[in-house]
Amino acid sequence: MNIFMVGGGHQTHFLAKSMISKGHDLTLIEENSEICARLARDHQALVIQGDGTRPYLLQDAGITRCDLLLALTSKDPDNLVICQLTSKVYGVPKSLALVNDPANRLTFQKLGVQTVVSTVEMITDLIEQRLFLDDISNLSPIEEGKVSLMEIELKVDDRVVGNTVQEASFPAQSNIGCVLRGQEAIIPGGATRLEVGDRLIIICLPKYQSEVLKTIRGRLT
Amino acid sequence: MKDKYIIIVGCGRLGAHVAKMFTRSRNSLVMIDKDATAFSRLSEEYSGFTIEADAVEQDTLLRAKIDQADVLVATTDDDNTNIMIAQVAREIHHVPEVMLRIYDPSRAKIYEGTGITTICTTLLAAEAFGQALSSQEGVTLP
Repeated sequence: MNIFMVGGGHQTHFLAKSMISKGHDLTLIEENSEICARLARDHQALVIQGDGTRPYLLQDAGITRCDLLLALTSKDPDNLVICQLTSKVYGVPKSLALVNDPANRLTFQKLGVQTVVSTVEMITDLIEQRLFLDDISNLSPIEEGKVSLMEIELKVDDRVVGNTVQEASFPAQSNIGCVLRGQEAIIPGGATRLEVGDRLIIICLPKYQSEVLKTIRGRLT
Repeated sequence: MKDKYIIIVGCGRLGAHVAKMFTRSRNSLVMIDKDATAFSRLSEEYSGFTIEADAVEQDTLLRAKIDQADVLVATTDDDNTNIMIAQVAREIHHVPEVMLRIYDPSRAKIYEGTGITTICTTLLAAEAFGQALSSQEGVTLP
Protein backbone atom coordinates (compact mmCIF):
# COMPACT_ATOMS: atom_id res chain seq x y z
CA MET A 1 0.00 0.00 0.00
CA ASN A 2 1.07 3.55 -0.65
CA ILE A 3 0.86 5.34 2.70
CA PHE A 4 1.32 9.05 3.41
CA MET A 5 2.01 10.41 6.88
CA VAL A 6 1.92 14.12 7.60
CA GLY A 7 3.57 15.38 10.77
CA GLY A 8 6.64 13.84 12.34
CA GLY A 9 6.11 13.24 16.04
CA HIS A 10 7.00 10.13 18.03
CA GLN A 11 4.05 8.19 16.64
CA THR A 12 5.28 8.83 13.11
CA HIS A 13 8.67 7.33 13.88
CA PHE A 14 7.25 4.13 15.36
CA LEU A 15 4.37 3.88 12.90
CA ALA A 16 6.79 4.30 10.01
CA LYS A 17 8.97 1.53 11.39
CA SER A 18 6.04 -0.86 11.63
CA MET A 19 4.54 0.08 8.24
CA ILE A 20 7.84 -0.33 6.43
CA SER A 21 8.48 -3.70 8.06
CA LYS A 22 5.11 -4.80 6.69
CA GLY A 23 6.24 -3.84 3.20
CA HIS A 24 4.26 -0.65 2.58
CA ASP A 25 5.57 2.31 0.57
CA LEU A 26 5.85 5.36 2.74
CA THR A 27 5.89 9.09 2.09
CA LEU A 28 6.54 11.28 5.14
CA ILE A 29 5.81 15.02 5.10
CA GLU A 30 7.08 17.24 7.90
CA GLU A 31 7.78 20.95 8.23
CA ASN A 32 10.77 20.91 10.55
CA SER A 33 14.03 20.22 8.70
CA GLU A 34 15.80 18.58 11.66
CA ILE A 35 12.97 16.11 12.15
CA CYS A 36 13.01 15.46 8.39
CA ALA A 37 16.72 14.70 8.48
CA ARG A 38 16.16 12.23 11.31
CA LEU A 39 13.23 10.56 9.55
CA ALA A 40 15.27 10.26 6.35
CA ARG A 41 18.18 8.76 8.28
CA ASP A 42 16.07 6.22 10.16
CA HIS A 43 13.61 5.08 7.51
CA GLN A 44 13.49 3.73 3.97
CA ALA A 45 10.87 6.26 2.99
CA LEU A 46 10.41 9.31 0.81
CA VAL A 47 10.74 12.27 3.18
CA ILE A 48 9.48 15.67 2.06
CA GLN A 49 10.07 18.85 4.00
CA GLY A 50 7.20 21.31 3.83
CA ASP A 51 3.70 22.27 4.90
CA GLY A 52 1.49 19.23 4.30
CA THR A 53 -1.63 21.39 4.29
CA ARG A 54 -0.59 23.00 0.99
CA PRO A 55 -2.22 21.46 -2.08
CA TYR A 56 0.76 21.97 -4.41
CA LEU A 57 3.08 20.17 -2.01
CA LEU A 58 0.71 17.22 -1.72
CA GLN A 59 0.42 17.13 -5.51
CA ASP A 60 4.18 17.14 -5.99
CA ALA A 61 4.47 14.37 -3.42
CA GLY A 62 2.16 12.22 -5.56
CA ILE A 63 -0.96 12.32 -3.39
CA THR A 64 -3.14 11.05 -6.23
CA ARG A 65 -1.47 7.64 -5.89
CA CYS A 66 -1.97 7.52 -2.13
CA ASP A 67 -4.06 4.66 -0.68
CA LEU A 68 -4.04 5.69 2.97
CA LEU A 69 -3.30 9.02 4.57
CA LEU A 70 -2.51 9.62 8.24
CA ALA A 71 -2.66 13.20 9.56
CA LEU A 72 -0.52 13.18 12.69
CA THR A 73 0.51 16.79 13.32
CA SER A 74 0.19 18.39 16.74
CA LYS A 75 -2.31 20.96 15.43
CA ASP A 76 -5.93 19.85 15.09
CA PRO A 77 -6.87 22.43 12.41
CA ASP A 78 -3.97 21.22 10.27
CA ASN A 79 -5.01 17.59 10.62
CA LEU A 80 -8.58 18.49 9.65
CA VAL A 81 -7.50 20.44 6.56
CA ILE A 82 -5.10 17.68 5.47
CA CYS A 83 -7.82 15.02 5.65
CA GLN A 84 -10.43 17.18 3.95
CA LEU A 85 -8.05 18.17 1.16
CA THR A 86 -6.85 14.68 0.45
CA SER A 87 -10.28 13.03 0.50
CA LYS A 88 -12.39 15.80 -1.10
CA VAL A 89 -9.91 17.17 -3.63
CA TYR A 90 -7.52 14.29 -4.38
CA GLY A 91 -9.84 11.34 -3.80
CA VAL A 92 -7.61 9.48 -1.37
CA PRO A 93 -9.73 6.41 -0.44
CA LYS A 94 -8.83 6.20 3.26
CA SER A 95 -7.77 8.89 5.66
CA LEU A 96 -7.23 9.03 9.38
CA ALA A 97 -6.79 12.06 11.60
CA LEU A 98 -5.27 12.31 15.02
CA VAL A 99 -7.01 14.76 17.35
CA ASN A 100 -5.05 16.29 20.18
CA ASP A 101 -8.17 17.70 21.87
CA PRO A 102 -10.53 14.74 22.49
CA ALA A 103 -13.56 17.03 22.13
CA ASN A 104 -12.64 17.51 18.47
CA ARG A 105 -13.24 13.85 17.61
CA LEU A 106 -16.95 14.35 17.02
CA THR A 107 -16.36 17.64 15.23
CA PHE A 108 -13.99 15.98 12.77
CA GLN A 109 -16.48 13.20 12.11
CA LYS A 110 -19.26 15.71 11.47
CA LEU A 111 -16.97 17.52 9.05
CA GLY A 112 -16.43 14.37 7.02
CA VAL A 113 -13.21 12.80 8.29
CA GLN A 114 -13.65 9.01 8.12
CA THR A 115 -11.54 7.81 11.01
CA VAL A 116 -10.59 9.96 13.96
CA VAL A 117 -8.27 8.82 16.71
CA SER A 118 -7.80 10.55 20.03
CA THR A 119 -4.82 9.16 21.88
CA VAL A 120 -5.71 11.14 25.00
CA GLU A 121 -9.19 9.66 25.02
CA MET A 122 -7.93 6.13 24.50
CA ILE A 123 -5.38 6.41 27.30
CA THR A 124 -7.90 8.05 29.64
CA ASP A 125 -10.44 5.30 28.99
CA LEU A 126 -7.86 2.63 29.53
CA ILE A 127 -6.64 4.14 32.79
CA GLU A 128 -10.19 4.58 34.09
CA GLN A 129 -11.10 1.04 33.20
CA ARG A 130 -7.97 -0.41 34.78
CA LEU A 131 -8.29 1.75 37.87
CA PHE A 132 -11.66 0.66 39.07
CA LEU A 133 -12.16 -2.51 37.15
CA ASP A 134 -9.15 -4.56 38.09
CA ASP A 135 -11.53 -7.53 38.24
CA ILE A 136 -11.70 -7.58 34.49
CA SER A 137 -8.92 -9.76 33.20
CA ASN A 138 -9.17 -8.89 29.56
CA LEU A 139 -10.70 -5.86 28.01
CA SER A 140 -10.65 -4.76 24.42
CA PRO A 141 -12.44 -1.78 22.94
CA ILE A 142 -14.01 -2.47 19.54
CA GLU A 143 -14.76 0.07 16.80
CA GLU A 144 -12.93 3.01 18.40
CA GLY A 145 -14.37 2.22 21.83
CA LYS A 146 -18.05 2.09 20.86
CA VAL A 147 -18.29 -1.46 22.23
CA SER A 148 -16.31 -3.20 24.96
CA LEU A 149 -15.49 -6.84 25.11
CA MET A 150 -14.48 -7.99 28.59
CA GLU A 151 -13.69 -11.15 30.46
CA ILE A 152 -14.75 -11.52 34.10
CA GLU A 153 -14.11 -14.49 36.36
CA LEU A 154 -16.85 -15.38 38.87
CA LYS A 155 -15.76 -15.58 42.50
CA VAL A 156 -17.38 -17.35 45.47
CA ASP A 157 -19.16 -14.36 46.95
CA ASP A 158 -20.40 -12.94 43.67
CA ARG A 159 -24.09 -12.18 43.61
CA VAL A 160 -24.85 -14.02 40.36
CA VAL A 161 -23.22 -17.33 41.34
CA GLY A 162 -25.90 -20.02 41.35
CA ASN A 163 -28.31 -17.88 39.36
CA THR A 164 -29.40 -18.61 35.83
CA VAL A 165 -28.54 -15.97 33.24
CA GLN A 166 -32.17 -14.88 33.25
CA GLU A 167 -32.29 -14.56 37.06
CA ALA A 168 -29.05 -12.59 37.08
CA SER A 169 -30.79 -9.95 34.93
CA PHE A 170 -27.91 -8.21 33.25
CA PRO A 171 -28.37 -4.62 31.99
CA ALA A 172 -30.21 -4.37 28.67
CA GLN A 173 -27.24 -3.00 26.80
CA SER A 174 -25.03 -5.99 27.62
CA ASN A 175 -24.82 -9.61 26.62
CA ILE A 176 -22.94 -12.67 27.80
CA GLY A 177 -21.44 -13.92 24.58
CA CYS A 178 -19.79 -16.98 26.04
CA VAL A 179 -19.14 -18.79 29.33
CA LEU A 180 -15.76 -20.47 29.65
CA ARG A 181 -16.01 -23.33 32.17
CA GLY A 182 -12.81 -25.34 32.52
CA GLN A 183 -12.02 -26.64 29.06
CA GLU A 184 -15.57 -26.07 27.91
CA ALA A 185 -16.99 -23.08 26.05
CA ILE A 186 -20.74 -22.55 26.43
CA ILE A 187 -22.92 -20.13 24.50
CA PRO A 188 -25.40 -19.44 27.29
CA GLY A 189 -29.18 -19.24 27.09
CA GLY A 190 -31.52 -17.79 29.70
CA ALA A 191 -31.54 -21.09 31.64
CA THR A 192 -27.74 -21.49 31.82
CA ARG A 193 -26.70 -21.53 35.49
CA LEU A 194 -23.57 -19.56 36.42
CA GLU A 195 -20.95 -21.27 38.60
CA VAL A 196 -17.90 -20.23 40.57
CA GLY A 197 -14.81 -20.08 38.35
CA ASP A 198 -16.80 -19.42 35.20
CA ARG A 199 -15.20 -16.86 32.98
CA LEU A 200 -17.82 -14.69 31.31
CA ILE A 201 -17.10 -13.04 28.00
CA ILE A 202 -19.34 -10.01 28.00
CA ILE A 203 -20.13 -7.58 25.21
CA CYS A 204 -21.53 -4.25 26.31
CA LEU A 205 -21.58 -0.54 25.67
CA PRO A 206 -18.73 1.13 27.56
CA LYS A 207 -21.06 3.21 29.74
CA TYR A 208 -22.77 0.06 31.06
CA GLN A 209 -19.48 -1.54 32.08
CA SER A 210 -19.74 -0.53 35.71
CA GLU A 211 -23.40 -1.57 35.83
CA VAL A 212 -22.50 -5.00 34.47
CA LEU A 213 -19.85 -5.36 37.12
CA LYS A 214 -22.30 -4.26 39.80
CA THR A 215 -24.77 -6.90 38.61
CA ILE A 216 -22.14 -9.59 38.89
CA ARG A 217 -20.46 -8.60 42.14
CA GLY A 218 -23.45 -7.04 43.86
CA ARG A 219 -21.30 -3.97 44.52
CA LEU A 220 -19.33 -1.43 42.59
CA THR A 221 -15.70 -2.58 42.06
CA MET B 1 -26.80 46.11 9.50
CA LYS B 2 -28.28 46.57 12.99
CA ASP B 3 -28.55 44.66 16.23
CA LYS B 4 -26.74 41.54 15.20
CA TYR B 5 -24.87 39.16 17.45
CA ILE B 6 -21.37 38.89 16.04
CA ILE B 7 -18.47 36.69 17.14
CA ILE B 8 -14.99 37.62 15.98
CA VAL B 9 -12.16 35.13 16.41
CA GLY B 10 -8.63 36.53 16.40
CA CYS B 11 -7.90 39.98 17.76
CA GLY B 12 -5.11 40.90 15.38
CA ARG B 13 -4.97 44.11 13.36
CA LEU B 14 -7.74 42.93 11.06
CA GLY B 15 -9.92 41.49 13.82
CA ALA B 16 -9.62 44.65 15.91
CA HIS B 17 -10.43 46.78 12.89
CA VAL B 18 -13.49 44.71 12.02
CA ALA B 19 -14.60 45.00 15.66
CA LYS B 20 -14.27 48.78 15.46
CA MET B 21 -16.42 48.90 12.32
CA PHE B 22 -19.11 46.70 13.85
CA THR B 23 -19.10 48.62 17.16
CA ARG B 24 -20.19 51.73 15.30
CA SER B 25 -23.25 50.02 13.92
CA ARG B 26 -24.71 49.02 17.33
CA ASN B 27 -24.21 45.27 17.23
CA SER B 28 -23.48 42.92 20.12
CA LEU B 29 -19.91 41.76 19.83
CA VAL B 30 -17.80 39.01 21.33
CA MET B 31 -14.09 38.92 20.60
CA ILE B 32 -12.15 35.68 21.14
CA ASP B 33 -8.37 35.45 21.27
CA LYS B 34 -6.10 32.97 23.02
CA ASP B 35 -3.75 35.76 24.02
CA ALA B 36 -5.21 38.36 26.39
CA THR B 37 -2.65 41.00 25.44
CA ALA B 38 -4.18 41.03 21.94
CA PHE B 39 -7.27 42.77 23.35
CA SER B 40 -5.19 45.95 23.79
CA ARG B 41 -5.61 46.39 20.02
CA LEU B 42 -9.34 47.02 20.53
CA SER B 43 -10.35 50.65 20.23
CA GLU B 44 -11.55 52.59 23.27
CA GLU B 45 -15.14 52.69 22.12
CA TYR B 46 -15.32 48.87 21.91
CA SER B 47 -18.18 47.87 24.20
CA GLY B 48 -18.46 44.13 23.53
CA PHE B 49 -17.22 41.12 25.48
CA THR B 50 -13.80 39.53 25.29
CA ILE B 51 -13.03 35.85 25.86
CA GLU B 52 -9.46 34.69 26.36
CA ALA B 53 -9.44 31.14 25.02
CA ASP B 54 -8.56 28.99 22.04
CA ALA B 55 -11.55 28.95 19.67
CA VAL B 56 -10.41 25.61 18.24
CA GLU B 57 -11.63 24.09 21.52
CA GLN B 58 -15.36 23.48 21.27
CA ASP B 59 -16.14 24.83 24.75
CA THR B 60 -14.87 28.25 23.76
CA LEU B 61 -17.43 28.72 21.01
CA LEU B 62 -20.19 27.44 23.29
CA ARG B 63 -19.13 29.93 25.95
CA ALA B 64 -19.43 32.64 23.32
CA LYS B 65 -23.02 31.40 22.76
CA ILE B 66 -22.38 30.47 19.17
CA ASP B 67 -25.86 28.98 18.82
CA GLN B 68 -27.30 32.49 19.10
CA ALA B 69 -24.79 34.16 16.78
CA ASP B 70 -25.90 35.82 13.54
CA VAL B 71 -22.38 36.27 12.23
CA LEU B 72 -18.99 34.70 12.86
CA VAL B 73 -15.79 36.20 11.49
CA ALA B 74 -12.58 34.15 11.65
CA THR B 75 -9.51 36.39 11.41
CA THR B 76 -6.72 34.53 13.18
CA ASP B 77 -3.30 34.57 11.53
CA ASP B 78 -3.50 30.85 10.75
CA ASP B 79 -5.41 29.80 7.62
CA ASN B 80 -6.19 26.29 8.81
CA THR B 81 -7.48 27.52 12.15
CA ASN B 82 -9.82 29.92 10.33
CA ILE B 83 -10.97 27.13 8.01
CA MET B 84 -11.74 24.82 10.92
CA ILE B 85 -13.55 27.43 13.04
CA ALA B 86 -15.58 28.62 10.04
CA GLN B 87 -16.67 25.07 9.21
CA VAL B 88 -17.58 24.32 12.82
CA ALA B 89 -19.63 27.51 12.97
CA ARG B 90 -21.38 26.92 9.68
CA GLU B 91 -21.95 23.17 9.58
CA ILE B 92 -22.25 22.22 13.23
CA HIS B 93 -23.73 25.35 14.84
CA HIS B 94 -25.50 26.61 11.70
CA VAL B 95 -24.46 30.23 12.09
CA PRO B 96 -26.28 32.08 9.24
CA GLU B 97 -23.34 34.18 8.12
CA VAL B 98 -19.76 32.92 8.38
CA MET B 99 -16.77 34.79 7.00
CA LEU B 100 -13.11 33.94 7.07
CA ARG B 101 -9.90 35.67 6.19
CA ILE B 102 -7.35 33.62 4.32
CA TYR B 103 -3.84 34.23 2.98
CA ASP B 104 -3.48 31.22 0.69
CA PRO B 105 -6.61 30.62 -1.43
CA SER B 106 -5.49 27.20 -2.71
CA ARG B 107 -7.40 25.33 0.00
CA ALA B 108 -10.72 26.97 -0.86
CA LYS B 109 -12.09 23.77 -2.45
CA ILE B 110 -12.63 22.02 0.85
CA TYR B 111 -15.33 24.42 2.04
CA GLU B 112 -16.77 25.26 -1.36
CA GLY B 113 -20.54 25.17 -1.46
CA THR B 114 -20.96 25.42 2.31
CA GLY B 115 -21.96 29.09 2.17
CA ILE B 116 -18.83 30.40 3.88
CA THR B 117 -17.68 33.79 2.64
CA THR B 118 -13.93 33.93 1.99
CA ILE B 119 -11.90 37.10 2.01
CA CYS B 120 -8.45 36.43 0.60
CA THR B 121 -6.29 39.37 1.63
CA THR B 122 -3.50 38.33 -0.73
CA LEU B 123 -5.74 38.45 -3.79
CA LEU B 124 -7.36 41.72 -2.65
CA ALA B 125 -3.95 43.36 -2.26
CA ALA B 126 -2.76 42.00 -5.61
CA GLU B 127 -5.85 43.40 -7.34
CA ALA B 128 -5.35 46.76 -5.66
CA PHE B 129 -1.75 46.85 -6.84
CA GLY B 130 -2.86 45.94 -10.34
CA GLN B 131 -5.45 48.67 -10.42
CA ALA B 132 -3.02 51.24 -9.04
CA LEU B 133 -0.54 50.26 -11.73
CA SER B 134 -2.98 50.41 -14.63
CA SER B 135 -4.31 53.79 -13.50
CA GLN B 136 -0.75 55.11 -13.36
CA GLU B 137 0.05 53.84 -16.81
CA GLY B 138 -2.67 56.12 -18.15
CA VAL B 139 -1.03 59.21 -16.64
CA THR B 140 1.41 60.99 -18.91
CA LEU B 141 4.36 62.30 -17.04
CA PRO B 142 5.35 65.88 -17.63
